[in-house]
Amino acid sequence: MLLNDALVISAILFTLGVAGVLLRRNAIVIFMCVELMLNAVNLTFVALAQTIGVGGQVFVFFVMAVAAAEAAVGLAIILAVYRHKQSVSLQNMNLLKDG
Amino acid sequence: MTGTAVDLIWLAPAFALLGFVLNGAVAFVRPNAKTVVSIIGAGVLLAAFAVAMVVFRAFVGLHPDEPLIYRYWSWIPVGTLQVDFAFQVDQLSLVMLMVITSVGSLIHLFSVGYMKEDPGYARYFAYLNLFVFFMLVLVLGASFPVMFVGWEGVGLCSYLLIGFWYSDAANANAGRKAFIMNRIGDFGFMVAMFMIFWSVGSLDFDTVFAHAPMALAPGGAAITAITLFLFLGCTGKSAQIPLYTWLPDAMAGPTPVSALIHAATMVTAGVYLVARCNLLFAMAPISSAVVAGVGALTALFAATIALKQWDIKKVLAYSTISQLGYMFLAVGTGAIAGGIFHLATHAFFKALLFLGSGSVIFALHRAYHHTHSHEDAQDMRNMGGLARYMPWTATVMWIASLAISGIPPLAGFFSKDEILAAAHARGHVEPVWFVFWGLGLLAALLTAFYMTRLMIYTFYGPNRTGEKEQPSLHEAPWIMTGPLVVLALLTVTGGLLNVPELYHGNAWLHHWLEPVTQSGAALIPVVPLSPSAEWLLVGIAVVTAIVGIVGAWRLLKPEALVPARSAPEERGFARVLRNKWYVDEIYDALFVRPLVWFSRVVLWQEIDQRIVDAAAVNGAARGARALGWANRWLQTGQVGTYVAVFVVGVLLVLWRALS
Repeated sequence: MLLNDALVISAILFTLGVAGVLLRRNAIVIFMCVELMLNAVNLTFVALAQTIGVGGQVFVFFVMAVAAAEAAVGLAIILAVYRHKQSVSLQNMNLLKDG
Repeated sequence: MTGTAVDLIWLAPAFALLGFVLNGAVAFVRPNAKTVVSIIGAGVLLAAFAVAMVVFRAFVGLHPDEPLIYRYWSWIPVGTLQVDFAFQVDQLSLVMLMVITSVGSLIHLFSVGYMKEDPGYARYFAYLNLFVFFMLVLVLGASFPVMFVGWEGVGLCSYLLIGFWYSDAANANAGRKAFIMNRIGDFGFMVAMFMIFWSVGSLDFDTVFAHAPMALAPGGAAITAITLFLFLGCTGKSAQIPLYTWLPDAMAGPTPVSALIHAATMVTAGVYLVARCNLLFAMAPISSAVVAGVGALTALFAATIALKQWDIKKVLAYSTISQLGYMFLAVGTGAIAGGIFHLATHAFFKALLFLGSGSVIFALHRAYHHTHSHEDAQDMRNMGGLARYMPWTATVMWIASLAISGIPPLAGFFSKDEILAAAHARGHVEPVWFVFWGLGLLAALLTAFYMTRLMIYTFYGPNRTGEKEQPSLHEAPWIMTGPLVVLALLTVTGGLLNVPELYHGNAWLHHWLEPVTQSGAALIPVVPLSPSAEWLLVGIAVVTAIVGIVGAWRLLKPEALVPARSAPEERGFARVLRNKWYVDEIYDALFVRPLVWFSRVVLWQEIDQRIVDAAAVNGAARGARALGWANRWLQTGQVGTYVAVFVVGVLLVLWRALS
């Protein structure tokens, strides 16, 4: 069934995103993994819209809009961090812990 | 409001308060304006006395059987507790009003001379005026709380005036002692008030006395507890066993203060309280016996101490305690009029004795000041032969000491005799009163003895003041001797207030107070004495007094005395009396030291330092630190770690939700 396949792909994509966020150190890659998770969710919305209702498709637009805004802000932050630290590795960003 | 001059009653305390405000202001602005202070200080008292006279005349014209109550404003309106700031004018409060304002005026006048050289002159008169204000509130208050305001206020003024010369630590400590001892008594007063409100539902005198016979079972536990707690308040304020020890120390204050506060007025507040609540005490026979017993015991006990004191004011202080004991014997017996009668006559002769001793101290102090000597101006061993130098003082002191000894026809004879007769009469119903009568009679013997001792050592024999000082010894100025003479006249004639029917008198005070005392008197069993028994009692009392006086005159040899600085220590029993039966030392060992130990070791070192400081305050901080130390490994600073924890958390939630 197409719905089932779509949901399985979505789950795989989401898991990949989570694994990426957890395992990678590079902030840009992590950022891309976050986008991957968002798109996995989008895929679920669209797939389920066929059976449940058109609301899912509408939601996808909201998610994409927010993702765009997030990308703008997130990339700006990463850029600022890079200027400050000459690195985008999260291992170097541990100011929350003193010393 | 009656539309008569009685309505002006508020003016009497108002004048005194005005005097306090003005003199207090002068004390701050211009402390050396002594003429102004004298005019204000004594003037407001004379004005209050004039108000008292006018009110008295108007009241006699009305002659109401019920007290006249003036409600000025609502003071404590809380639920069912409604306390108005109200004054009550009745026969009893008027007698007190007259005594306070008359004796108070004379003592204020005397103070003008006595305190003339003192740098704290304005402050002194401010306190003295404030005292009179509170004393008038005490006797005029129409409810227990209003009376309590006066009760506490006079205690405050007493404290301020005992420690008037506060730069000497002993005086300040004496003030504190008086305050703390009174606090113990005030606790009793307050508990009694709470219990009265709890059982009767009101604190106004008229309501309480009207409802008490229905609300409380006569002789029951409640009324007994109420009256005993009230009496605990009285023992503090009126210096009875066991709380009397502050009064002798209170002699640290200026002598006119001792005369006004610690002899004539404030210390009689307890007697007034029992007289005011005579109905409650009549309903509680056990409490009445306690009051009379404590009074009789105090009368004798204090008299024994007075036998061996050298400080002239200490003798009079113990004498005051002893005489207050007589008053409590009277009011405990149910002879309210007798107690109030003795209160009034005692106010006259004891004020006279204190002011007379003040005059003596003033003379000695001036003489020693003249030669820059530091001898004790109050020690009788430094006196002697003063009758030659101060004839007026010696004469009036003789009158007063004969009066207090109970020699007819002076004031003290009638009042003391009435008390002893009342105790004896009640003994026919309850035999324990015979014991009280015996104690009172023995105290009368000692009274005559120690008063004569005081007179002999002070005024007769050779002078021991010192060679150089003798030329400076002379009579006090007229502003001081004047009040003495007036008080002496009152002492001579005061007995006329209440000449018993035995001598074909009209017992005026007795009948005057009947509207106040009749409800209580109806509950007390009395067997009237036959005239022959009364004559016998009078005879015994007079013989006792004469034996005391003659005995002292024969036994004591002023020639054998030496000045205080070279006097030997007493031995044996005399030493026990000299040291006041070591009561202060016993109290110190029983109460003060354990309390200090408990405060220092248990409360401070254990509870405060160990439990509060170490365990609670520092313990909380240590606990927070340990918690932080345990949790700090969670905070890695790595976003990855936080996300991992977050994901684990989400998975857990999902797992819980789906399973």
